[in-house]
Amino acid sequence: MTESTLLSVEDVIVDLPTPRGNLRAVDHVDLTVGAGRTLGVVGESGCGKTMLSRAILQLLPKKAKLSGRVMFDGQDLLQLSPEKLRKLRGRSLAVVFQDPMTSLNPVLTIGTQLIETLQEHLELDMVAATKRSIELLAAVGIPAPEQRLMQYPHQLSGGMRQRVAIAIALSCEPKLLIADEPTTALDVTIQAQILDLLAREQRRRHMAMILITHDLGVVAGRTDEVAVMYAGRVVERAPTPALFKKMRMPYTEALLAALPKIDAAPHTPLPAISGRPPDPTRPLKGCSFSPRCRYAWAQCHVEKPRLEEADSPGHQFACFRPIDASASAGA
Amino acid sequence: MLGFVARRLLYLVPVLIAVSLLTFLIASLLPGDLAYTILGDQATPEKVAALRQEMGLDQPIWVRYFGWLGNILQGDLGRSFRTGQTVLQAVTERLPISLELMVLAQVIALAIGVPLAIICAARSGGSFDRFMTGTAFGMLSVPTFLSAILLIYLFAVELRWLPATGYVPFGEDPAKNLRFMVLPALTLALAEWPGIMRVLRSDMIATLQEDYIALAKAKGLKASRILFVHALKPSSLTLVTITGINIGRLIGGAVIVETVFALPGIGRLLVGAITTRDLIILQGVVLLVGAGFVLINFIVDMLYAMLDPRIRHGHA
Amino acid sequence: MATLELGIDASVAEVPARRGRRLGPLFWMAIVWMMFVFTVAIFADVLPLPSPTDMDMLEKRAPFSAEHWLGTDGLGRDELARVIYGARISLIVGLFAPIIGLTFGGALGILAGYFRGRFESVVVGSMDVLLAFPPLILALAVTAYLGQSILHLTFILGLLGVPAFMRVARAATLTLARREFVIAAQALGATHTRILLRELLPNVMLPLFAFFLLAVAITIVAEGSLSFLGLGVPPPISSWGSMIGEGRESLEMAPRLAFIPAIAMFLTVLSFNLVGDTLRALTDPRQGAL
Repeated sequence: MTESTLLSVEDVIVDLPTPRGNLRAVDHVDLTVGAGRTLGVVGESGCGKTMLSRAILQLLPKKAKLSGRVMFDGQDLLQLSPEKLRKLRGRSLAVVFQDPMTSLNPVLTIGTQLIETLQEHLELDMVAATKRSIELLAAVGIPAPEQRLMQYPHQLSGGMRQRVAIAIALSCEPKLLIADEPTTALDVTIQAQILDLLAREQRRRHMAMILITHDLGVVAGRTDEVAVMYAGRVVERAPTPALFKKMRMPYTEALLAALPKIDAAPHTPLPAISGRPPDPTRPLKGCSFSPRCRYAWAQCHVEKPRLEEADSPGHQFACFRPIDASASAGA
Repeated sequence: MLGFVARRLLYLVPVLIAVSLLTFLIASLLPGDLAYTILGDQATPEKVAALRQEMGLDQPIWVRYFGWLGNILQGDLGRSFRTGQTVLQAVTERLPISLELMVLAQVIALAIGVPLAIICAARSGGSFDRFMTGTAFGMLSVPTFLSAILLIYLFAVELRWLPATGYVPFGEDPAKNLRFMVLPALTLALAEWPGIMRVLRSDMIATLQEDYIALAKAKGLKASRILFVHALKPSSLTLVTITGINIGRLIGGAVIVETVFALPGIGRLLVGAITTRDLIILQGVVLLVGAGFVLINFIVDMLYAMLDPRIRHGHA
Repeated sequence: MATLELGIDASVAEVPARRGRRLGPLFWMAIVWMMFVFTVAIFADVLPLPSPTDMDMLEKRAPFSAEHWLGTDGLGRDELARVIYGARISLIVGLFAPIIGLTFGGALGILAGYFRGRFESVVVGSMDVLLAFPPLILALAVTAYLGQSILHLTFILGLLGVPAFMRVARAATLTLARREFVIAAQALGATHTRILLRELLPNVMLPLFAFFLLAVAITIVAEGSLSFLGLGVPPPISSWGSMIGEGRESLEMAPRLAFIPAIAMFLTVLSFNLVGDTLRALTDPRQGAL
């Protein structure tokens, strides 16, 4: 943890007005990412991880309310003028969205969508931008890149489209790449390829990355640090090796248990996390996970645990009844 | 794409036959006899019988239809029994005027409707958007002949800036031609822009919610590029559709506008033929307008296919 | 908005109107205006009005007075009486023509959407033929050959509305026919007649009625357009369209002769559009309010 901090999210709250009342999508979140480091953000769908990424990018829906600070490269993104923010986006802050079927414009060619970014930020002429686009497509493993430039998204497979989206994100050598569930919409066989591509390019370009996923298995081995989110809050945060060695939050354990295991006997029922996430428009008084937690006791239902550091350095969790090291080892 | 064109072309044939059949049937609705109508008051039974024979009216209806159709296919649509002019002559003489009027009107309507739609979509829910959608809704309740009267009153009677009626061919004096064309084209455009704006606006609002717009923003593109390229280009398909759908209305509007502003176009030819009971001209014009309408719709379909890469590459 | 090109987006009823939604003051103002026009049109004969056809050559284009509230027209006829009797024509044609469209188009659409197959293809195909002409041109041609009369006008404008009503009814039926209550009725062995009349018709009526109001607005405009051209209702019957057409001749001297019927027509068309559009939005789950 000696590198300089590139991104720090400080006490960020995102509120969304809905017909049923205010929805707190992100609830007092603090996170930091060092330059060239990778952070995994893990949680079930609806836990606020996508809203958090949109908050960092300043791409929240118009009616959403955002408070807190998002310090990126020494500037508070919330205070930045729209023009300065625009110059930053795509240039030093890039994103890959979940679904490559919808994130590329269907009526513009791959080439247009790549080149426009290069021309916007790097002021390349058409020839140089085209040349660089071909290099980028080749770098993300797209065969026959020259021909692809002329093609439209619908002529490419899902995996190829996501590679194009990654090429667009990488095009201006960003300092931070946010990958928001980059493989969820893809075939299982392609998922590992895309994740490995992201990890390879991240190391090669010495770029920081936030990898958002619902799959704890995805972040193992591909990130330096992991933050587990539940109901809008970070409930456990630790360096990746430390987390997998000794997870303390029962929710993290449940997430891991919900992963299908490769060595399980055939026809073993998948253990799902029982119950549903709480209704975000009706916040609970106690720990949000307490209704589903098998360890919960009286205190958990009436008081919210704070995210605090314990055990090893950098390992934080918000729980009154953390799992014992010995008990969780087999999980 | 080729298969698509072929299929649409094949579909044209039955539709065109239906158009000719319907035109013929409408003309046969005439109570009484065409020969009486042509000969008028001085009709003697002998004259009528002679004319009936000359025109083939004494034959069964299907023989008359195929005879008529055969003549049409040879380019003979008949001749006005009042002016002696052939239908084809009369129509080709007047077609450029109607086309100029409709193209001008469409251009003006797009020039008003498209920018307003974009501004409203970009600031949907704002006060400008609410004001403009309200105005557009109100304008939809103003019939063409009403806005014609309003514009004549305002610009020709009160302000005396523009002539109320009259026409000079473009080839003769372009500036004067445009002066005569401004009010008619504006009248037609006033009926067209609200529809264009409303449809394009709601379409753009939907497009602006798309992931690829979020990505375009995340790429740091300028707002103008996002609106005009990333959002407007997908919506241009909608624009083609609505333009196509509106053509029927535009043609109807042109009839009214040409009559009000005394422009010697197809519409005025049609109305004139009705008032003077020039039934051959009427039948010919109805047929040609119907066929032209079918062809324009075909062209719009083709344009649509060309604009949408998914259809162009045979994915649809 | 010149002719009878009926709206294209077929609204589909999914959920009955969400109740408790605010309809807004404009909606109620439109309703009040519609009721007012209906009332004066129905009771025109009973109202203490001068005859709409009595000419008074000494009082041509007279200004507003106690005797002639809205003055007189170019032939010295009472303008107010003509506007009110004109409302009759506009409303008669404007209501009865869409009723033709509603009846035939609605029935064809429900049957086509329910039975599908060849019947549906034939219905849709024959509607395409009707749509192959610009509507105003077809209306002009038919009235030219049949002769000008209110009956002919109503008939042809009604016929032209059939395809649009058919589309609305068919689209609504297509969605409804897949819904649980219809499938349940089929599973319980209900006859086609019963399903069509008891299950489908009541639910399709909602979007059809909303569309009916819009069609009234379109028809009033269409009738006005034809009468304005002098090819609609035959004189001396006054309709708003023909009054505006006559008023055009005296725009320089007495613009009000064109503008008084114009305002009446605009407000009426706007009212039907407003109410129709509000109801359409209510019966259409995909869209919010305007």
